[in-house]
Amino acid sequence: MKILLTGARIIDPVQNMDANMDILLENGKIAKIGVDISKSAKSKDSEKIKIIELAGMIVVPGLIDMHTHLREPGLEYKETIASGTAAAVAGGFTSIACMPNTSPINDNRSITEFIRRKAVEAALANVYPIGAISNGSAGSQLTEFWDMKEAGIIAISDDGKPVMDAALMRRAMEYAYSLRLPVISHCEDTNLSGNGLINEGYYSTILGLRGIPGIAEEAMIAREILIAEFTNTCVHIAHVSTAGSVRLIRDAKKRGLKVTAETAPHYFTLTDEALQSYDTNFKVNPPLRSEEDVEAIKEGLSDGTLDVIACDHAPHGRTDKEVEFEYAANGISGLETSLALSISLVQNKVLGWSELISKMSTNPARILNLPKGTLEAGAEADITVIDPQLKWIVDVQVFRSRGKNSPFHGRPLQGKAILTIVGGEIKYDGR
Amino acid sequence: MKFEKKDILGIKDLTVDEINLILETAESFLEISTRKIKKVPTLRGKTIINLFYEASTRTRTSFEIAAKRLSADTINISSSTSSVVKGETLIDTARNLEAMNPDIIVIRHSAAGAPHLLARLIKQSIINAGDGAHEHPTQALLDMMTIKEKKGKISGLKVAIIGDIEHSRVARSNIYGLSKMGAQIVLAGPATMLPRNIEQMGVDVFTNLKDAIIDADVVMMLRIQLERQKQSIFPSLREYSQHYCLNRNNIKLAKKDVIVMHPGPINRGVEISPDIADDPSCSVILDQVNKGVAVRMALLYLLTGGGE
Repeated sequence: MKILLTGARIIDPVQNMDANMDILLENGKIAKIGVDISKSAKSKDSEKIKIIELAGMIVVPGLIDMHTHLREPGLEYKETIASGTAAAVAGGFTSIACMPNTSPINDNRSITEFIRRKAVEAALANVYPIGAISNGSAGSQLTEFWDMKEAGIIAISDDGKPVMDAALMRRAMEYAYSLRLPVISHCEDTNLSGNGLINEGYYSTILGLRGIPGIAEEAMIAREILIAEFTNTCVHIAHVSTAGSVRLIRDAKKRGLKVTAETAPHYFTLTDEALQSYDTNFKVNPPLRSEEDVEAIKEGLSDGTLDVIACDHAPHGRTDKEVEFEYAANGISGLETSLALSISLVQNKVLGWSELISKMSTNPARILNLPKGTLEAGAEADITVIDPQLKWIVDVQVFRSRGKNSPFHGRPLQGKAILTIVGGEIKYDGR
Repeated sequence: MKFEKKDILGIKDLTVDEINLILETAESFLEISTRKIKKVPTLRGKTIINLFYEASTRTRTSFEIAAKRLSADTINISSSTSSVVKGETLIDTARNLEAMNPDIIVIRHSAAGAPHLLARLIKQSIINAGDGAHEHPTQALLDMMTIKEKKGKISGLKVAIIGDIEHSRVARSNIYGLSKMGAQIVLAGPATMLPRNIEQMGVDVFTNLKDAIIDADVVMMLRIQLERQKQSIFPSLREYSQHYCLNRNNIKLAKKDVIVMHPGPINRGVEISPDIADDPSCSVILDQVNKGVAVRMALLYLLTGGGE
């Protein structure tokens, strides 16, 4: 089966390409990219070729979300690998990496193999499991990184259960570095965050909700940077939310350290002011921060301090959210709104299109050592087609994700994935 | 003036006119509690549920007495006797109560925002009887009523609120209410008890009791909860009381005619010395309790359409 995408604007940061061109997909690979492929292709074997006209659309390397929670095994009422990958392709993502905090936790080969098998059965997006750093993410004993890597993990993290023991984190970073396995750190000093609920500031004060100070995140980022420098290894900082964090990472990069970082759309879109309604859909960890933090996150994206946009897709069931604020689960079901929220950065001139695609495809591929994130001839045909003009309104009832927990419900957005192609096959067609 | 609100969730949401209406209505109810037969038929046939998820003696009793003096039927549900122990959610409990057609649900809950959750979901009026560290509107209303009675006004007074502001819903509701009514508010406590950015609420903040009570017309002492010691917000009651206890000595810094308030229950000798607490020339602590019944009668009356 051949597919010819024609008439679109093609953006590939790897090839420094931003032009109207055609792209031919064959046997699951990108066969050819260039001008006027359509003429020759049409004349030769038009009956065997599916030609898709995409005038006004943008074709980019398949988007990669390196921070999702798929909930399976164990928490299928929140999400399954099938529903999560359906949400991914509907949101324009051809590949996702999933965090290990399932039940049981992905801290050994058999869970990794289970996730991979389920993803193959679902046959939608590519799923790359992330293994736990410590057994049960309990923070005391390292997992078998090597064994899990052979089974298919592409990074390690104790996401959601921060590694409070600095010595254990040091060992994890050293051991993982020798395997070329990225370490992703959810930076939160749990002594400082305590049983906090929202950002510590004016709104936590007037709402009477216990605060999580920005330094709970920053103190651990500082620690990870110090460990990475001392051991000459690398670390990836998950979901950066504060101005202080951006500053620490910027300084570390200036000094040439191997530190990379991501943020999520809600951290450049929403502030803690939204908590005034006590709406639990705004409850997320790290928490929504202040206006000043939001501006700093945008600056960090703009100047390259923040390499990646990943949505921290955290689907939950109604029972997890329809409770008192302090008992509600943290998290936002993000895969189906991430792209449009991120496109707003282009509309607001924070990023150019090519920079945006770097942060949503090329950079995550590079950080996770995936052979993805480009449209070069010979690459896997993972492609996202974006309609940059399409106006739509977020409706959680039509989410493919089981998690309807979105603070963006009812929000008008512009820009959407209309075609998602994984390995040369159309997995989502929203035209 | 007609009272338009469906719920009383916090002082933050009330206008000055609404606060005045509540206080005036309460004043008219004060007299009922002094009668030989302390009952009027005003709310006959109305049902009021007191849903208390947190221990309370004063507030729950006060609501119950208020309702009974107006001839309403009251039902008390406390977390130890309710289906909470069976794992029922707050929303399910409330929907079940709603189905029994009460007129008002009074709720106290340790989780901030719990009354707001109910108010969004169910059609009956909700009165917040204290939600976590957020608001305690009826306490602030009875405090304002007490101040108004003792001082003849609220506007222009200097009110010092002392103690664990961070964990105090009484402080927050009073800051909203008293500043709306034109008082000047100063706070004091060790920095560990002062929540971040509290000065943005339009108050002056001190870490020293003496600085805060200079020339105060009203000093409001907050209860120190012993269990907070575990959170390291103060090293010991001994040290706290040495520096933040209102006593004969430091009260001289306040105005001569200062009144001393406390939402109760008081820790004698911790935040307030017994001789001050019991001194009728300055302590209005029991007047506050007395006004509490009248304020709650006024709210029950106004929320069930009284004054229409």
